[in-house]
Amino acid sequence: MARRPEHSAPPEIFYNDDEAKKYSSNSRIIEIQVEMAERALELLALPEDDETRLILDIGCGSGLSGSVLEDSDHMWIGVDISKSMLDIAVEREVAGDVILGDMGEGMPFKPGTFDGAISISALQWLCNADKSYHNPHKRLLKFFSTLFSSLTRTARAVFQFYPENSDQIEMVTAQAMKAGFYGGLVVDYPNSAKAKKYYLVLMTGGASELPKALGKLSSFMVLYTDRKSMLDFVGTPEEERRINYIKKRDACREARGKAPKKSRDWILAKKERRRRQGLDTRPDTKYTARKRSGRF
Amino acid sequence: MKLSTYNFLTSMAIKGVKVGYPLKLRITKKDLVESEFNPTFIERLLPKLDWSAVHAAAQQAELADDIPAEQPENIAENELLMQKLHHLLFEIDVLEGEMECPETGRVFPITDGIPNMLLNEDEV
Repeated sequence: MARRPEHSAPPEIFYNDDEAKKYSSNSRIIEIQVEMAERALELLALPEDDETRLILDIGCGSGLSGSVLEDSDHMWIGVDISKSMLDIAVEREVAGDVILGDMGEGMPFKPGTFDGAISISALQWLCNADKSYHNPHKRLLKFFSTLFSSLTRTARAVFQFYPENSDQIEMVTAQAMKAGFYGGLVVDYPNSAKAKKYYLVLMTGGASELPKALGKLSSFMVLYTDRKSMLDFVGTPEEERRINYIKKRDACREARGKAPKKSRDWILAKKERRRRQGLDTRPDTKYTARKRSGRF
Repeated sequence: MKLSTYNFLTSMAIKGVKVGYPLKLRITKKDLVESEFNPTFIERLLPKLDWSAVHAAAQQAELADDIPAEQPENIAENELLMQKLHHLLFEIDVLEGEMECPETGRVFPITDGIPNMLLNEDEV
């Protein structure tokens, strides 16, 4: 597997003049960045009234994602930690304003400023501690809470990012939830190694837009969807289908007069069967089939 | 940096700063850029703007005569004022200058049109 750039150097060092130049000359990088920005804008689900909105672009880099926003007639302000990338953005004469800043130090904007926020391939940088005083959890919380306040109360923030593992996803979503966001993770092309893309969709308000939490699931859920059915991520999630399937299987067993699997009756019946076969079996006690406490 | 962006910036990220707004702006070099006049966008933007910061920006940009100190009512119906606002907020590009935090006096420099909002270790 290719080395992850966030393991090689901090972002302000990694995106030096050489790396920044790629983002204005390499047509493949440009194509991918633009494609992801278009997708993020789609997930942002701005009202379709052709009005100009003010969008925050976090990790704007050379302004490639910003030009997608410009094409849709939106105003944008970008924040990035790499001066080299921002210099390219200024050179390209992008319409939006760019600011040199670190996500982990918080967004330097007054409350209720933006109608939405997008971020392309930036969030994973925040999961690393590049300096001795960096604490990824704290930096994520600071970032999400200041972002939450700088958005309007009906806004969304969409992050395309490259999580390294499921722990990182959990860390990011936990801190976003702590900051007050609702939302979920949308995965495009889940079965393709190359085209697979993660989009974290966060919402500041509007309980009606929330995907329904089921069973033990929190308000955050991972939705695996393909591009075609990905129009509305509040639609039927995979979990719902799977839970229904388990319910159906248990219902079938019950109808045949059998206890549901892993239940006390099921275990007792199994032990009885072993005794009849003459096998060594522990006696039935009040502890049989008792749930372990969460401490174990 | 456009003056519309200036209106949104705070120094709240600095440890211990409560409001951090409005930043004190000083312009040493500015440029004029052309931008399309979009009255509906400015109208939508009005409730988000802080008028004292708009006025302060106008004074720094030597356009104080165009912008009244107190926020007038029904700005949306005043076409001339809307155009002046548009000129102030979107057509003046600050190339060099600085912004000062009103509480701590910390200075954020603006170079090549890019404000530097990075903080030091002890300020986070």
